[in-house]
Amino acid sequence: MSVTSLDKDLDNLTFTLVADFAAPVERVWQLWADPRQLERWWGPPTYPATVEEHDLTPGGDVTYFMTGPEGDKHRGWWRIASVDAPTSLEFTDGFADADGVPSADMPVTTTRVTLTERDGGTRMEMRSAFDTREQMDQLAKMGMEEGLREAVGQMDGLLAG
Amino acid sequence: MFHALSDTTRRDILRRCVRDDLSVSRLAEAYPMSFAAVQKHVAVLERAGLVVKQRRGREQIVRTDPDAVGRARQALDELETAWRGRVERMSHLLAQDAEPDAHDPTEGQI
Repeated sequence: MSVTSLDKDLDNLTFTLVADFAAPVERVWQLWADPRQLERWWGPPTYPATVEEHDLTPGGDVTYFMTGPEGDKHRGWWRIASVDAPTSLEFTDGFADADGVPSADMPVTTTRVTLTERDGGTRMEMRSAFDTREQMDQLAKMGMEEGLREAVGQMDGLLAG
Repeated sequence: MFHALSDTTRRDILRRCVRDDLSVSRLAEAYPMSFAAVQKHVAVLERAGLVVKQRRGREQIVRTDPDAVGRARQALDELETAWRGRVERMSHLLAQDAEPDAHDPTEGQI
């Protein structure tokens, strides 16, 4: 069980996803709340994440870097808007330069995640939205330049098989 | 751009203006609303960068910018790829709980 439904809303430039997991809400929350677990799923296998700061409180920061196959490091950040453990989390996330300073020319999205108990498992609903049209353009540009993520996604499938 | 496409009229305007360059007055004839209302919708699309307006004689011609619409689609595709991968990895981590033997930290120590 994983992705149950997915919606790409061009009207509102919003991405929504519903996933169902065969684990209790508390357990799924740990995937977000425990930095050691978060770093095992946030980045793709070829760009594993290392979480440094992890402060899941309103106004708090999560900072991390992803290490690429060439040893290249890519920094990212979250700013926590609201948190209600173990059921909801809202944050903006973006990229940062080598010193951890948020990059203005990289896309920022705002994501809201909710976890609810469902049939003994957990339903995770998440909604990501671009703050501005420029940011959406930046993500599109990154995707086209790298042409990478799709390939990485396919590798995920192979590894999972 | 956020709410630029949320109105069905605006979506329809986008579709029509991909195929043809239409003037605002021609567009206005297609909808049961005032010229001013249609003009307002076009202005929202223009601010979002999804259409461009050009003056041709006395007419204002509206044209959809397919690149901008394409970028919107591409960006949402990027999010889909990233999150599908994440959900898959989350599932795998949770599945490992069910088979603790596979990742027993004391493994090999006895």
